[in-house]
Amino acid sequence: MADSALNLEELKRLAPPVELQRAPVVEGNKGLGWLTDKLSVFAEGKTPRWWWILFIPAAFAATVIFPTCLFYQVFTGVGVWGNNHPVMWGLDIVNFIWWVGVAHAGTLISALLFLTKQHWRTTIGRMAEAMTVFSVMMAGLYPAIHVGRAWFDWFMFPVPNSNGLWPQFRSPLMWDVFAVNTYLVVSSLFFFMGMIPDFAVLRDRATTRIRKTIFTFLAMGWTGSARQWHNYEKAYVVLCGLCTLLVFTVSSIVGLDFCTAQIAGWHATIFPLYFVIGAVFCGFGMMLVILIPLRKWCGLENIITMSHMDKVAKLALVSGLIIDYIYLMEFFIAWYSGDPYERWVFGHRLFGHTYMVLGWMLIGINVCVTQLLWFKKVRSNLLWLFIIGLLINCGMWSERFVIVVGSLYQDFLPANWGKYMPTIWDIGLYIGTLGAFFMLYLLFVKFLPMIAISEVKGVMPEADPHHPLGGAKKGDHQ
Amino acid sequence: MSEKVYGLMAEFDSPAAILHAAEKVRDAGYRRWDAFTPFPIHGMDKVMKLGNSLVGWVALGGGVFMFLQIAGLIWFTNAFDYPIIVGGKPMFSVPMTFVPSYIMLIMGGAVGALIGMLGLNQLPRLHHPLLDQKRFALVSRDKFILLIGAQDEKFCATETKTFLESLGGTHVEIVEDKD
Repeated sequence: MADSALNLEELKRLAPPVELQRAPVVEGNKGLGWLTDKLSVFAEGKTPRWWWILFIPAAFAATVIFPTCLFYQVFTGVGVWGNNHPVMWGLDIVNFIWWVGVAHAGTLISALLFLTKQHWRTTIGRMAEAMTVFSVMMAGLYPAIHVGRAWFDWFMFPVPNSNGLWPQFRSPLMWDVFAVNTYLVVSSLFFFMGMIPDFAVLRDRATTRIRKTIFTFLAMGWTGSARQWHNYEKAYVVLCGLCTLLVFTVSSIVGLDFCTAQIAGWHATIFPLYFVIGAVFCGFGMMLVILIPLRKWCGLENIITMSHMDKVAKLALVSGLIIDYIYLMEFFIAWYSGDPYERWVFGHRLFGHTYMVLGWMLIGINVCVTQLLWFKKVRSNLLWLFIIGLLINCGMWSERFVIVVGSLYQDFLPANWGKYMPTIWDIGLYIGTLGAFFMLYLLFVKFLPMIAISEVKGVMPEADPHHPLGGAKKGDHQ
Repeated sequence: MSEKVYGLMAEFDSPAAILHAAEKVRDAGYRRWDAFTPFPIHGMDKVMKLGNSLVGWVALGGGVFMFLQIAGLIWFTNAFDYPIIVGGKPMFSVPMTFVPSYIMLIMGGAVGALIGMLGLNQLPRLHHPLLDQKRFALVSRDKFILLIGAQDEKFCATETKTFLESLGGTHVEIVEDKD
């Protein structure tokens, strides 16, 4: 093809110098057909052994440990957990905030980075959305069973009932019900709508009758006409905008649950921001943990490139630095307020012998380990990134523990001083939700398009009609 | 069961090729035609003169509807049907109403965007005449297909075919509507 040779020459002449060029979204300069094959082959091919090795323990935790702990707690009562006076919010609330946190980075990557036109987000956006949907499911479970009598959960919704009672809308706990449910619905819609064109790809490639039937239903008759894309793109922008609002709203409301209480250590206006940034930071840690093995095992090194990993790590660093600033502010305000109770609580976070280990874990990981991400050497080493991702998750978990339990276990009166230790049922439920999350995630990876095929194709240089690779001669389109 | 002609489809290899072809189809005076592509192509909406999509308005409608619904619900439940004084606060006020209403605005907007998108695209539909065409499956891969509908006033099976071929379209085929 003489034409394409000419185009490539033209392309080289027009290109900026190497050091100013952006890293390509997909490496290897392959065509659109190759990309389609590459991105759909995992959902179509034979299930690899690593998938089973991960799936079986996850499924065991999700289908044996999880229901056992859940049913035992529901049938017996909240007393099976370690929650008791004065610590009435224990691991259930810690894990609730932690799971909501994991969800937030997913929405941030898929929605906010879309609005800021970061093309690299197309390759990891779908995986991030899946992380959001599944972790909100896990998060939503905790408050529902924490109420103690799960069969009265419908009291939280404004349902007309024979008692003539209505929910109390002045309470942020009530707002939480709306926020978490909305988050689940909106992120699922966003997840599903993003997949419609990719369902069509899998439908058109399907070789067996059952695959064809399933994906025909899921694709809902998508043909990819210009009119459909026109409406689809608009709906996508609107959903991204709304999801971005949710990133900042849901965790803010969770933060308000705390800061409307009069407890020392909770009653601070910084809490909504604190929870949002903490959520995002934690989620980037989880993103690293999920992306690094998957890109290797699914052979996606050309698509989720090192440059993308570098960007995720940088975002983790940025959110980590904001978190560090907030820690500094919290301690400063506690000291500056002159309030002896505030000072007491913050002093005990680091030097009270009961939970001091967690307090120092928080400082050690979220403040110190995060600084390693300044170094390009660390950011380009996947093993390091994976370990840092795991550590960030632990660090943020300990932060939530320190906030929730650290403020409750010793409040204003020594009569209200106690201790909290999670029981085996607390821990079992946490392991169960982790198992359920990873089971759902592995099923998603295996059966659904885990990378947004049409979106990645749309940001390739070939996809731009004004680009020489897109078939334009000297960009002469009028 | 008569087999009607749905239209003529032609295949192109690159986004620029189909964009140029689309311009010429428009200039030739055709009105009922569409371009099928694996991803949205920049400039195609301008060529097709699609204007602004109505999805945004549907989403706005959904959002405003939910906002007012929830604000009204809070007024009805906490200030009208069963008023209880809590902490001496007013029965109905903006700070307590805004947050749940705003959250449900987001919910209404999102549901509106999805329903608006599906409704305006006339989805879900389980069948489309084009999906019977073997080569149409390549649209979701790396081919770009232009279709001129048989209902177009200017449509003529032979002339339109030569016209599409003159634009550089390959595999120009007749699409039949079997319903």
